[in-house]
Amino acid sequence: MAIVKSKVDAVIVGMGWTGAIMAKELTDAGLNVVCLERGPDRDTQPDFSYPRNIDELEGSVHRKYLQALSKETVTIRHGVNDTAVPYRQMGSFKPGTGVGGAGSHWSGCHFRALPEDFKVRSNTEQRYGKKFIPEGMAIQDFPISYEDLEPHFDHFEYVCGTSGKAGVLNGKVVAGGNPFEGSRSREFALPPNPDYLGAELFYKAANNAGYHPYPIPAANASAPYVNPYGMQMGPCNFCGFCSDYGCLNYSKASPNACIMPLLRMRKGFELRTHAQVMKVNLTADKKKATGVSYLDAQGRETEQPADLVLLCAFSLFNVHLMLLSGIGEQYDPATKTGTIGRNYSYQNLNRVSMFFDETVQANQFIGIGGGGAVIDDLNGKQLDNAAAGFVGGGVIWARQPGTGPVRGIPTPPGVPNWGSAWKKSVKESFRHSFYYEVQGSCMAYEDAFLSLDPTYKDAFGRPLLRMTFDWHNNEIKASQFLVEKATDMCKVLAPLSMKGDAKKEDGHYNVTQYQSTHTCGGAIMGDNPKTSALNRYLQSWDVSNVFVPGANAFPQNNAYNPTGMVGALTYWMAKAIREMYLKNPGPLVQA
Amino acid sequence: MSDDNEVKPAPTRRSLIKGMVFIPIGVAGAAGAVKALQPANAADAVAAEGKPNDYKPTFFNDVEWRFLGAAVDRLIPHDQHGPGAIELGALEFLDRHMQTPFAAGDIWYMQGPFLQAAPEFGYQGKLPLRDIIRVGIKNMNAYCASQFGGKAFADLDIKKQEELLKAAEGGKLKFDDISAKLFFSSLLNETRNSYFSDPKHGGNKDMGAWKMIGYPGMRGDYLDWVTVRDKPYPIGPVDMNGHRGEYK
Repeated sequence: MAIVKSKVDAVIVGMGWTGAIMAKELTDAGLNVVCLERGPDRDTQPDFSYPRNIDELEGSVHRKYLQALSKETVTIRHGVNDTAVPYRQMGSFKPGTGVGGAGSHWSGCHFRALPEDFKVRSNTEQRYGKKFIPEGMAIQDFPISYEDLEPHFDHFEYVCGTSGKAGVLNGKVVAGGNPFEGSRSREFALPPNPDYLGAELFYKAANNAGYHPYPIPAANASAPYVNPYGMQMGPCNFCGFCSDYGCLNYSKASPNACIMPLLRMRKGFELRTHAQVMKVNLTADKKKATGVSYLDAQGRETEQPADLVLLCAFSLFNVHLMLLSGIGEQYDPATKTGTIGRNYSYQNLNRVSMFFDETVQANQFIGIGGGGAVIDDLNGKQLDNAAAGFVGGGVIWARQPGTGPVRGIPTPPGVPNWGSAWKKSVKESFRHSFYYEVQGSCMAYEDAFLSLDPTYKDAFGRPLLRMTFDWHNNEIKASQFLVEKATDMCKVLAPLSMKGDAKKEDGHYNVTQYQSTHTCGGAIMGDNPKTSALNRYLQSWDVSNVFVPGANAFPQNNAYNPTGMVGALTYWMAKAIREMYLKNPGPLVQA
Repeated sequence: MSDDNEVKPAPTRRSLIKGMVFIPIGVAGAAGAVKALQPANAADAVAAEGKPNDYKPTFFNDVEWRFLGAAVDRLIPHDQHGPGAIELGALEFLDRHMQTPFAAGDIWYMQGPFLQAAPEFGYQGKLPLRDIIRVGIKNMNAYCASQFGGKAFADLDIKKQEELLKAAEGGKLKFDDISAKLFFSSLLNETRNSYFSDPKHGGNKDMGAWKMIGYPGMRGDYLDWVTVRDKPYPIGPVDMNGHRGEYK
């Protein structure tokens, strides 16, 4: 017999960014909230404390802050007729676990989507005609606009203490920021961080090419700061341990630093860690959720009844839970029916590395996850897609999140991987090289989706989530185009040597290489319940007391890191729940 | 910084040999092993640093230990650019690291079925890291025995050892139980981890590798140096236990 807990107003699955935001918003509204987190509790002290936190072997080899794939992972295949195999070792993407989730080990690049990113299909059709969209490409407009989200982008940036420079303020272009961005209602919470060498040189290279460089909005505080919740942050000291690591310094925004200390003091909030949610329980007609079932820290089957269920796990695992629970209908690529799993998309990331002589003090060990410089000249409406030959766009940036030698020292082309020649090269390169990257959008396709694997099981006996994904010609072309532009731009810096890794024409998705944890889609928001899992308020079309915030809601992915958009969508959803749903529970949009 | 407390032995040929005495050259094939320790050229005659390591393995057996003594020395040798992995304690690191949950497959998905898949899908075998290394060593030694009149890898001369490692790296060797390429890349990764990880894990003694490349280690605070362009970062490395050093 399962243990049955007392009913609560809302149960939250997962204690990352979206879970922490929702716990804050719903306890503000006077609800009793229980949060179930599959991993351990984590706080800046003692879990991220210096110096233990920045042990590269523990952080980047043993991956102590990331999800153990032995417990839960996915299977992956390139095509619908292939047999998927497990993602056995962490590579292409790195989901987190524990309190803070991926929001504790992210880098901190904190962008807003462009206004045109919300209308990719209609804009593309309008500018280039319907035929410009390749067959099989399944892009959709977001069911909301940039203007709908602006107050929420803004609020999340202030919660994070995001450091940057506005380019468009209340409709007016202002110097120093991105002139192509959507209009902001006020300046960033903090001014930009200082530029390390690679970023400083990026301005030179980008200006020389006629581009419009601006500071990457960084959720890494540039000065002492107190956020709207009264949480204090300190200036980033460029320690070089953002990605893979929790912040030792209260500088990188995270649920742990920016929201949790407030939540922990709240009476209406209860956090249960090592609580593995197995499924959402539904009524017999599958139209209402009654709560969730989970394994508690001792492994006991436990039921948590609740009026409202918020799936706040990492995007992939939100979709997994929906499929395991029977919320909505599994997407079928043959008939193009069903909504859960539809429109899985990713991120199109490639790198150009540059190597210099010993007079160039690039100091790769100095790092800041979200800082640097970037251009939007090849993104959004700035890009002539007809000339470039692909749908979407991309940014080129200088980023130096910081690296130590365990994480790898890039070497120039032709250098062997071991022996004296390798030693000579790492010695020469470590302090005197840096890289620029291109980060491209990734469109959605009819044959890129998530479903349940027929063979492999997780540590709890449930079918693994199966990812069907490969690069399409559109993204391969985009990669080649963007890497060529980045390479051209870099030449003015006259490095001794360069190497770029643009995708090759016959190349396939390689899960062994890290490319970003920006896994998107699978439970997307939309206007049509036949082609989307969630309505414009991230509410399940099928089970109206289930809400599913996260990058799973993106119909396709734009060129930016998703966290800014995920935070804004969550605050947008919270507003709808507080102002509409709680007064009159039920579907907020009629199907 | 003048608080570098490491002991630096005089750079003599004697210390080079002393630095490597833990390679058990007394067992069969000693002639080959001794030969393998001779500097191949003048540059290699730069002295090894640090103290002889008296660490005794608790994971690897004698045969495996001997293989690693040779192979790790080929991967990151002592030379004019800086210390080799062996003298910095790579073998201790490897022996200890193989006994961690990580090397037993703690964070890898290890359930079957184990299907063949394209390289883009990553490792699909059933061996955890510690067994990849062990099975790989056994297969490499068996291959050497079959090709070179019963000799083990460690018995061969340096040039031959390098050729074999290169062949494994390039996927040109075929072993019965394991992909030679997987074995090689796993061994190389672990050797690099030994060389560059914090000394508390057993390798990188006295932060020798960090000094060579100019890595400040656990400093974790560079705000004052972000915008400095005209001189090299000067502050020497510090390790997890607070030991400090100076760059070469």
